[in-house]
Amino acid sequence: MRYMLIIHNDPELHPVPGDPAWDELMAGYADFSKELASHGRPFIGDPLNGPETATTVRVRNGETLTVDGPFAETKEWMSGFYIIECDDLDQALAAAAMVPSAKYGSVEVRPVAEM
Amino acid sequence: MDEALDLVYRSERGRVLARLIAVVKDFDLAEDAVQDAFVAAAGAWAVSGIPTNPAGWLVTTARRKAVDRLRRSASAERRHRAWGELAIAWDAWETPGPIEDDRLRLIFTCCHPALSIDAQVALTLRSLGGLTTDEVARAFLVSETTLAQRIVRAKRKIRQAAIPYRVPSSEEFAERLGAVLAVVYLIFNAGYLASSGDELVRVDLCDEGVRLAGLLVELLPDEPEPLGLAALVHFQDSRRVARIDDEGQPLTLEEQDRGRWDAGQVAAGGELLARARRLDRPGPYQLKAAIAAVHAGARSADLTDWATIVRLYDNLLQWEPTPVVQLNRAVAVAMAQGPATGLALLDEPTLAGVLVDYHLYHSTRADLLRRDGRAREAAAAYQRARRQTNNIAEHSFLDRRLKELAESAETAPYGG
Repeated sequence: MRYMLIIHNDPELHPVPGDPAWDELMAGYADFSKELASHGRPFIGDPLNGPETATTVRVRNGETLTVDGPFAETKEWMSGFYIIECDDLDQALAAAAMVPSAKYGSVEVRPVAEM
Repeated sequence: MDEALDLVYRSERGRVLARLIAVVKDFDLAEDAVQDAFVAAAGAWAVSGIPTNPAGWLVTTARRKAVDRLRRSASAERRHRAWGELAIAWDAWETPGPIEDDRLRLIFTCCHPALSIDAQVALTLRSLGGLTTDEVARAFLVSETTLAQRIVRAKRKIRQAAIPYRVPSSEEFAERLGAVLAVVYLIFNAGYLASSGDELVRVDLCDEGVRLAGLLVELLPDEPEPLGLAALVHFQDSRRVARIDDEGQPLTLEEQDRGRWDAGQVAAGGELLARARRLDRPGPYQLKAAIAAVHAGARSADLTDWATIVRLYDNLLQWEPTPVVQLNRAVAVAMAQGPATGLALLDEPTLAGVLVDYHLYHSTRADLLRRDGRAREAAAAYQRARRQTNNIAEHSFLDRRLKELAESAETAPYGG
């Protein structure tokens, strides 16, 4: 089973570069990557730039509409993701709890729909 | 025959279903197959009588029915899967003697924290309880359709998100057991505290709560907290008849006729609590049961050992530092040391702030004010409690108190 871990953060609560907590957070992410790698199962994951860098595209009647900004303006926004392989939801939830940003924001766990 | 089959249905369905889910690895398919097996049993047993091992017979039959269902299913994907499951079913083919007990796994899956609490309750009652969907729906005052949808959604999530079918690992065990105990206690209390719905259904829910707590004890005999929960529900249930007056109004512990408490249930609670104590690992349910045991042991309200109850609440606060436990502790302190001491605890600003919208806070405070002879303030607090609840039984209780206050004010020159 593959699961996507979707990291949501409130930028006002999340550490930024320069904060003492930032270095700790980055070290946490390095450890988390090592932990994932140690299981020998494929995974991907990356942080995302902020919603101010987002562009949203819609195609209606064959016409492409492009607008500045994210899909929805919210206080918390998606700041990164992982896609990991697990045996079951309990493993995925345990992994989600180890995502360093879970201490500041939240991590949504969604099973990938296998077609 | 119908009655005998009904008895087997109520007592064995959970065990048979739990085993089938383990074999076919599909909640829905297992449920359908178990239903088929009971239909088959109604026909076969009418002729040959109930077999010596009905659960074994049902598991074997349900397994065949599951394979039949898979063979018949139209989609190629499902047929393909069917062969894999056929092999599993074949491997696990009929072994004489008692069937493996998978009910513990089933309980942990039904009470998985990834499911909403409503879904946990509905799934637990439907999978391991003896109630029909209609009975569960009536007990929780929802339509049968709503309940059925809740269960369908929960089972879909179990499948799509791969919620595991197993007893959690040792590091998760304590927390997850807590969730299971909470669901069973919620089921019991839904019956015990309900102020609406018909009487029969409420009794059913209490019975189910007691039965499920007993099942947890049976499945986890060396865990003290299930014993604590089982003891607690027995103590509470012993007051079932005594806690309602002839007009159906709830009576407080003080007002109840203790002669009507069910001595058998009290004794059962006492034995369970003693077993829990021998395991020497205290926990919140054991402490709540111990408090209930002190009440059960008091021949009259006046003879209650309130000092012990205060000490038990002190311990309980270590486990559950919640405002409601603090509120109950304040009542015990008031009984042990006088209403003024209890009132001082209730008026402590942090607690008062958190509980400001909770009607039981105001009715408790009103009660202590009344005992302290401050009738006018008591009346105001009863009024406030009355505004904060829509519960009809609570209203009539509060109205009775207000009437009593008004009457005593007329007769006692110093009243108010």
